[in-house]
Amino acid sequence: MTPETQAPQTKAPGRLYRAWDSDLAYAFRTAPVAIVATLVVLVVVFCSVFAPLIAPMNPYNPAALNLMNGFTPPMEPNAFTGEVFLLGADGQGRDMLSTIMYGTRTSLFVGAMAVLFAMVMGISIGLFAGWRGGWVDSALMRIADVQLAFPAILIALLVFGIARGFIPDGLRDQLAIWVLIVAIGLSDWVQFARVVRGASMVEKNKEYVQAAQVIGAHPLKIMFRHILPNVMGPVLVIATISLALAIIAEATLSFLGVGVPPTQPSLGTLIRVGQGFLISGEWWILLFPAVTLLALALSVNLLGDWLRDALNPRLR
Amino acid sequence: MPDPLVKIEGLTRRFDVSKPWLNRVIERDDKQFLTANADVSFEIAKGETFALVGESGSGKSTIAKMVVGLLPPSAGTIRFDGQRIDASLGIPRSLRRRFQMIFQDPFASLNPRWRVGEIISEPIRTFGLMNATDARAEAARLLEVVGLSASDVTKYPHEFSGGQRQRIAIARALSSKPEFIVCDEPTSALDVSVQAQILNLMRDLQDEFGLTYLLISHDLSVVRHMATRIGVLYLGRLVEVAQGKRLFAEPQHPYTRMLLDAVPDLALSGRRRRPVEGEIPNPISPPSGCAFHPRCPLAFDRCRTEIPQPRPTPAGQAACHALDDMVPA
Repeated sequence: MTPETQAPQTKAPGRLYRAWDSDLAYAFRTAPVAIVATLVVLVVVFCSVFAPLIAPMNPYNPAALNLMNGFTPPMEPNAFTGEVFLLGADGQGRDMLSTIMYGTRTSLFVGAMAVLFAMVMGISIGLFAGWRGGWVDSALMRIADVQLAFPAILIALLVFGIARGFIPDGLRDQLAIWVLIVAIGLSDWVQFARVVRGASMVEKNKEYVQAAQVIGAHPLKIMFRHILPNVMGPVLVIATISLALAIIAEATLSFLGVGVPPTQPSLGTLIRVGQGFLISGEWWILLFPAVTLLALALSVNLLGDWLRDALNPRLR
Repeated sequence: MPDPLVKIEGLTRRFDVSKPWLNRVIERDDKQFLTANADVSFEIAKGETFALVGESGSGKSTIAKMVVGLLPPSAGTIRFDGQRIDASLGIPRSLRRRFQMIFQDPFASLNPRWRVGEIISEPIRTFGLMNATDARAEAARLLEVVGLSASDVTKYPHEFSGGQRQRIAIARALSSKPEFIVCDEPTSALDVSVQAQILNLMRDLQDEFGLTYLLISHDLSVVRHMATRIGVLYLGRLVEVAQGKRLFAEPQHPYTRMLLDAVPDLALSGRRRRPVEGEIPNPISPPSGCAFHPRCPLAFDRCRTEIPQPRPTPAGQAACHALDDMVPA
């Protein structure tokens, strides 16, 4: 602590500068795949979040629809009305671009909420199992193993089916989206729990945890304030990859007809509807939602892969 | 010694190292226990530095962990100013505030995600000693007390060297104004040049705040520099306790003599150093009688059958049958 080393540090560099200067930011700037993937995700997220403001029309407002526009191919003026649709129109004359924007909105919302649900549940269970150890840990991890033995989509279907049985008819459509979120979340918590458990078992034997125990800090405080920040790296990686999986899971469930209600179609619903028209030649009704789903899931997945590599010190 | 601050009696700790239940049933094995400490008794007076030395695996750190309530003892008692410290009984907050611990590895003992200010003030906040503003100011003041800069409160641990980190750990230990600090190998992870700085800092703080130390170390030069009294551990048992300087001048127990003989000296006295012979035995199945007898040059029949009890020596006490002949009763 000589004066020479202190002098230039009178003004601390700003938070933004430090973020730009960090290892992670450098790894990002030198990875073209990550940059492209981020751009795709940002564009898709922006378009879906601001869909009501920027979409050419609200496809679920019957007053805005003109049935004469039905099955207009992309970039061709309609034979009757002369209207042009960038990505064509579906059987009811809805602009495909608008339906995709609104559909992505639903898909992203369900995916993000499901991952959040799985994260909160998985982190809590994982921290608790790792902290307590012993039979509590064994019991929780065996439950996780059993669940892992079933395909995630099957679990989601099961949860969805059971929930439908309990919810009264009138509320079904209103709650469908939340049931879907819980169903996907429940099928996905195991990954978070396992990773957090493993990492926290390592962390809890470190001396900073013992230092907190010596002064009698509450176990919950040790778990969430001391251990959790130190196991968040791998959790973020899993969360990103899980988001892609959750979006696909939602699309799968909607494709199977058990997902979101018809009043709030997601990308999966659009694909289900669109595939009926494929044979009769109206390819755009299927293709564009499918491409959007592919681009979104692929980009999020690539981002997750990149994040995993960037945070892994052994691959640096 | 009138009214010791810390009084440890018959302290014993066993660890269950059995194989899982199913393996035991199939292989017809019994439960296996590792005795880390057996029947350890000593007292620490207010203001002194009591050092525990011993080879790896002699149970030094286990004693430290039991004394600060991280591990419950299997038998025996630890009393701090008359009150029991026992992790299995629960330790009242008012008692916890009075002792602290400094750890071996300064790279593991500070949470890497916390700022130094938060780390140091954690005990203050946990014990509710001050409000948040005062706690922050106190953290800055303590940093200066341990020889760092008050502006370091906003930095993260990775911005400091090992010695600086250990200073931060010491500042944290001081923040709850304890009377007693357990130091578990506080310098063994540091460079030799930094070790002396940290040890001198610890001594200065002891004088300034009237601290009592329990110092765990395997480094005899550290112990010689710091300790008022020294306890020598072998395989979980206390074989000798003596006044600091006199242990080095007139070691009584054959194990102590063996340890001292092995220490290299910079004076290059020309003295041939004798390495410690043999290995520390497996604590799961310790030797019968005196645990040291397989390595002891003085061992005789009685050592193989009877566990020696501590008997007074000129500078303290030692547990050795051979001493019966040397020290007139």
